[in-house]
Amino acid sequence: MLMVIRMTRRILPTLISAIVLASTAVHAKTLRYASQDDPQTLDAHSSNLLPTNRVLSSVYEGLVGRDKNYKIVPWLALSWSQPDRMTWRFKLRPNVKFHGGEELTADDVVFSVERALHPLSQMKSSLQGVKAAKKIDKLTVDLIMSEPNPVLLNHLFQFRIVSKEWSEKHKAAVPQNYKDREDTYSSRNANGTGPFKVTLRQPDVKTVLVANADWWNKGSAEKGNLTQVDILPVKSNATRAAALLSGEVDFVLDPPPQDIARLKTNPNVKIVEGAEARVQYLAFDQFRDELLYSDVKGKNPLKDVRVRQAIAHAIDIEAIKDKVMRNLAIPTGSQVPRGVQGYTKDAEKRADYDKDKAKKLLADAGYPNGFGITIDCGNIQPAADICQAIPPMLSQVGIRATPNIIPQATYFPKIQKFDTSMYILSWGSATYDALYNLQLLLHTSTGDNTGYGDSNYGRYSNKKMDELIGKIKVEADMKKRDGFIREALMLHNQEVATLPLHQPLVPWAMRKNVEATFTPNNIPYFFRFKLN
Amino acid sequence: MLAFIIRRLLQSVLVMLAVGFIAFSLFNFVGDPVSLMLPPEATTADREAVRKALGLDDPFYVQFGSFLGNALQGNFGISLRLGRPVSQLIAERLPATLELAMTAALIGLFVGIPLGVYTALRRDKWTAKAILTTSLIGVSLPNFLIGIFLILIFAVWLGWLPSFGRGDVTQLGLWSTGLLTASGIKALILPAITLGFYPVTLIMRLVRSEMLEVLRTDYIKFARARGLTNRSVHFGHALKNTLVPVMTITGLQLGGLIAFAIITETVFQWPGMGLLFIQAVQFADIPVMAAYLCLIGLIFVIINLVVDLLYYAVDPRLRIGGGGTGGH
Repeated sequence: MLMVIRMTRRILPTLISAIVLASTAVHAKTLRYASQDDPQTLDAHSSNLLPTNRVLSSVYEGLVGRDKNYKIVPWLALSWSQPDRMTWRFKLRPNVKFHGGEELTADDVVFSVERALHPLSQMKSSLQGVKAAKKIDKLTVDLIMSEPNPVLLNHLFQFRIVSKEWSEKHKAAVPQNYKDREDTYSSRNANGTGPFKVTLRQPDVKTVLVANADWWNKGSAEKGNLTQVDILPVKSNATRAAALLSGEVDFVLDPPPQDIARLKTNPNVKIVEGAEARVQYLAFDQFRDELLYSDVKGKNPLKDVRVRQAIAHAIDIEAIKDKVMRNLAIPTGSQVPRGVQGYTKDAEKRADYDKDKAKKLLADAGYPNGFGITIDCGNIQPAADICQAIPPMLSQVGIRATPNIIPQATYFPKIQKFDTSMYILSWGSATYDALYNLQLLLHTSTGDNTGYGDSNYGRYSNKKMDELIGKIKVEADMKKRDGFIREALMLHNQEVATLPLHQPLVPWAMRKNVEATFTPNNIPYFFRFKLN
Repeated sequence: MLAFIIRRLLQSVLVMLAVGFIAFSLFNFVGDPVSLMLPPEATTADREAVRKALGLDDPFYVQFGSFLGNALQGNFGISLRLGRPVSQLIAERLPATLELAMTAALIGLFVGIPLGVYTALRRDKWTAKAILTTSLIGVSLPNFLIGIFLILIFAVWLGWLPSFGRGDVTQLGLWSTGLLTASGIKALILPAITLGFYPVTLIMRLVRSEMLEVLRTDYIKFARARGLTNRSVHFGHALKNTLVPVMTITGLQLGGLIAFAIITETVFQWPGMGLLFIQAVQFADIPVMAAYLCLIGLIFVIINLVVDLLYYAVDPRLRIGGGGTGGH
């Protein structure tokens, strides 16, 4: 007995080092990733929410991709051309395999286009202007347009390609149908061409991605070294931060803002910050002749550009950046943030913080004693805090503003019914092209859901703006098009059509041994991550 | 006896109909799930399409009617957030919540009763006073704060126990249990203590005051006069007679533990029904909320029934007096 123990004592250290060596030889690099949200579904086309997109972006791929500088590059398509204004032709990459082993062909692309354009799909915007797809040969496919879209490639970045054979085999030919109360196979399983396969899916508990050993792009210089990603939703802010500190997770996508300073002081944790292509802004009812929530009767002060300018001058954006955003913001005056096609630096200029100017403008407009108004906002952060920070600033120039902070699920329906006088919203650039923002936020609201001014809940309207948007929409010459965008953005800035506040900076928190680059869409591309 | 049970079951159906109806009428105020299902950048046309597909454009009574009809067949619809059948989701989450609530209840009983007895018998000792003072914390500190403290101490500082999740689970038929793996048991400790803190203090204080009461009664004096051992007097005679109120409270507490494990589950990301519910509320996920509220109604009804039946077992007076009909 004693002998055995002695033997073990001698052998054990050798054994342990052998095991350690063996495990490093295998290079098991598992990233434990935590965020507060879990993907809603694994279906490629039935949700367009960020938590879903974050996971699916590592599983599914599209015709075009973006490199680490966010430039559009060939992905599942090797090249493309435009035989005429209404047709885009894509040559597919040969020998690409889905996770299930099926080979990618033009049939899959045609099928995916039909699936993404299905009425139940939430991914129609990824095919803006596309009417149909046509197979030319096994590796060539045409996208037929119903209207020209000069920035189709930007849209296509979000378009996910699924396997026709797999989808049909598993009765998932259409995106998830809620009405039929069916559990769709594709909501729990995924079969893409991407760098990771889904091997386990337990909603709200764990989703496991395992590196795809047969990925076509595994030789890429940008590729990191992860072999597995455990996606762990942790709803509670404090717990998520604690799990990172205790080393139970390696990466937290959304660390609680109040904990950032503390996390930064921990030697095992680092923070990577980046600017998200999103703008938080104040908007005004500029349609009604009398505001719904104001003590001014018989007229609408917000229709007067001087009043809007006064509000702009009254807001101390540096204080908001400092105190509310804890420096995680870049103040801007532009509705189109940097990183988006058409971004114009001059349009970023904000009205300077000047209470006297504001008072004078108000007096000129006929409101020397200011007026009362209600600001609506959702109860998510930082919108709710901003909503409370702004009224005291406005009161210093005489505008008596009352914040009305309500749950997100009631806030959206309210402003969608134009039931507001002033509201705060945060708007992301889904396509990374200015047209999207301009057309939905600043075009005259047509009220019939045609995609013009659909989200212009303040109903700002300017003929010149509408004309410019029309030109941007069809102009194929990118240089000319950027000129029109610039004109539109400058007009927006002068008119204070809306009052942009800032572009939020997004912090990602991670253990020191994780290497990650921030992407402006706030989606982690795991294949670029490294674990040291 | 049988008639009593049948009557109680019929009552419970009414209770649940009422719960369902009230819940459904409240859902009109939780907001529009569609606005959360789609990004704010979505177009109005998209929203309308989804609203129609979900049947949310139907009036309230049509929605409630179709809910009832489907619920009777065990079909609670599809979760708007996760896109999966609600009955399946609840079946998946129920074991986690029940294991957590049962463990917390057991902690409550096995820690609360001995402490209660101890503080009653040694009420002038400083240890008893210290225990009573500490128990004030359990009564007054909110649940989530206790949870966060425990996480800070045992997960972040000491690194002994996990701060979230349920560890590895073993699937026994439909039941997923975390009690058979080391990581599952480790993960259970902190949430169970957090959830069990309040019942411990409650049961302890209850047992203590009941014991003090009983110890003053004549039959205890007679028992002592007969020369019985302290042990037999305290546990055989005194404790047994304190148990009826303790049982009622524990029963109701168990219902409460299951229904209101929400906070603890959220703090520890415990994948139970409470977590499912709170996320459903934030997402205005009507099918999940409706099913959850009905289920909780059912659990309370069943627990109350069981407690009433246990009275019969413990209290002989009820058996003699009430006979088959039950008198309360």
